[in-house]
Amino acid sequence: MRFQLTEEQRALRDGTRKLLDGRFGRDRLRAAVDEPALDRALWRELGAAGFFALRLPEEAGGVGLGLPEAVLVFEEAGRALLPGPLVACELLAGVVDGVAAGERTAGLCEGSAEEVLWEHPADCDELILVEGGGRDARDAPGRAEGVYRSAPDRVAWTPFASVDPLTPLARVTDFPRGAPLGGPDPSRLRREAALLTAAQQVGSAVRTVEAAVGHARERTQFGVPIGSFQAVKHLCAQMLVRAEMARSAVYAAAVTEGALDVTGAKLLADEAAVRNARDCLQVHGGMGFTWEAEVHLHLKRAWLRAARWGVAAEAEEALAADLID
Amino acid sequence: MDLAYTEEERAFRARLRDWLASVLPTLPARPDPRDWPARRAYDTAWQRMLYDAGYADVHWDAAPTIRLIFLEETERAGAPYVGANFVGLLHAGPTIAVEGTPAQRQRWLPPVLRGDEVWCQGFSEPDAGSDLASLRTRAVRDGDDYVVTGAKIWTSHAEVADWCELLVRTDPDAPRHRGLTWLALPMDAPGVTVRPLRTLAGTAEFAEVFLDEVRVPAGNRVGAENDGWRVTMVTLSFERGTAFVGEVVACRRVLGALARAARANGRWDDAVLRRRLGRLNADFAALWRLIQWNVSEAAAAAAGRGASTAPGGSGGVPGAGGSVFKLRYSHARQELYDAAAEVLGAGALDAGHEWVADRLSSLSYTIAAGTSQIQQNIVAERILGLPKGR
Repeated sequence: MRFQLTEEQRALRDGTRKLLDGRFGRDRLRAAVDEPALDRALWRELGAAGFFALRLPEEAGGVGLGLPEAVLVFEEAGRALLPGPLVACELLAGVVDGVAAGERTAGLCEGSAEEVLWEHPADCDELILVEGGGRDARDAPGRAEGVYRSAPDRVAWTPFASVDPLTPLARVTDFPRGAPLGGPDPSRLRREAALLTAAQQVGSAVRTVEAAVGHARERTQFGVPIGSFQAVKHLCAQMLVRAEMARSAVYAAAVTEGALDVTGAKLLADEAAVRNARDCLQVHGGMGFTWEAEVHLHLKRAWLRAARWGVAAEAEEALAADLID
Repeated sequence: MDLAYTEEERAFRARLRDWLASVLPTLPARPDPRDWPARRAYDTAWQRMLYDAGYADVHWDAAPTIRLIFLEETERAGAPYVGANFVGLLHAGPTIAVEGTPAQRQRWLPPVLRGDEVWCQGFSEPDAGSDLASLRTRAVRDGDDYVVTGAKIWTSHAEVADWCELLVRTDPDAPRHRGLTWLALPMDAPGVTVRPLRTLAGTAEFAEVFLDEVRVPAGNRVGAENDGWRVTMVTLSFERGTAFVGEVVACRRVLGALARAARANGRWDDAVLRRRLGRLNADFAALWRLIQWNVSEAAAAAAGRGASTAPGGSGGVPGAGGSVFKLRYSHARQELYDAAAEVLGAGALDAGHEWVADRLSSLSYTIAAGTSQIQQNIVAERILGLPKGR
């Protein structure tokens, strides 16, 4: 048992961090807030770097890596707050033409969710609907299970003001089911979407620990850094505990690919991202409540991710049912 | 990054499992937890069985993954835990192995492994718990002896221990971390008085130890005079790590039993309780993964594969993963038994129920081996690099 990053995995993580630091740094993040349309040039750059083709076999032009590597890359994406239909494009690379190279984009909707939400509706060249394949009660028996594609201009949708300024959202009101999409089955798509979403939550949770600690070391009050106060220290320590718990769970789920492992990992990662962002905001004080600090962007994205691919109530019910199975 | 065990590790697990299946049915019933002499006899007999079967030193020499498997399998099989041998096997023994002279290792280590001698820990004092370096028990050199006077507290197994790993102040004028010395105190020496303390759980879990001009031979000093703080840090580094592996396995078993009990008595229909148990399922699963991560990290460090890093950018600080683990585990254990109380309903008032007794004892977990507040300071200062302060 070697439940540690290999040299190659560490290099991949570091390389991804460097790539995203260079191409989606703080300035670009702030520019994206003002102009939330997808940056197609950046998308193509990511595609060229192999970002979406990570798990495609080499003979299909991909990088030939596995789910653990994808998780490491998505953790970095979450850390950098990279916007866009990342999960959809990672999962549909090799299935939808042009997605692997970053030339075209695809969106992924949960057909069995309470409301069918669509991220980046104006920027998707293709929309894929996943129906069934979940564990929750809303996947009523007899309901169609499958993965369907549709041209975005045939889908009826209503945009609304997304809580996350970097992720435009719409409600899908009518989705004409085109031909079933060949490729991964619904349960696998859902499981992997949940895992990659959880990985981004972990990246965000770790980033907000660093931001809180950085601020607590610099900001002085009563003549000393606020990080020397136990009240602030203990907030930061608990943030790290949440992030490490979630990270262990997410990494293990990437290795086992077990449905329940993913469910538990997503639950803990959602909690870590949301609560860490809140604590980070608290450590920043009044400054944290302004648009100037970036922590609100982490919190809003964490809320959005927590509402997708399995919410807490469903996860807790599934994990409870497992105890008596 | 994998979770697969090697062939050698799987063979060890299979051999251990077979052995446990053959010996556990032969064990006598467990003693009353309030009866220390019976507990000592039971625990040392078990250690002797491990010794005879070649498993006695699994805590000392074995690779971290082998230790993980040992703790996992013994708990899963319902085998006894280290019990009264805890300090000897997990604290004093490893410390003497690292810091002792060859003669000291020869004198003290074999009896611990064979279960012949039991140790207790004399670190904490009434005014020196979390702030251990403020301890006041004095040792004055007189010829070939130290003459020790003071009081220790929270000393588990003191009533039945043969030896005490004792931390004393030998230089009252030195800075408080620098004037300390680590001694092996024979518990039958004249001047040693043990007064049992009753815990809130009703058990005599630990004791106060009064030391009145007790003569301890200078040859019982482990490490140099006034170098006791460093030796103690060696001891404490053995305290965390894999100490809770078996307990996490046990907690997962209890969680399953809680769910089945709730279904049997109708409380399973309560969605709030159900979700609470589901959340604990995720917590204990993640704690298990954190153990596997920490053990893999320790194994990598032991194999000299270079500096490894714990998740969360802990930067390879030793023991950091242990503090993170203990913070979450100690609270999860309390949450588990609080949930048990909800499953039990009015039965939660019956102190004779196993889960209620465990609920009471779980209250010590956020205090013992460094309170949660101290652990948070350790995480904040040593891992996150926040400034020292108050």
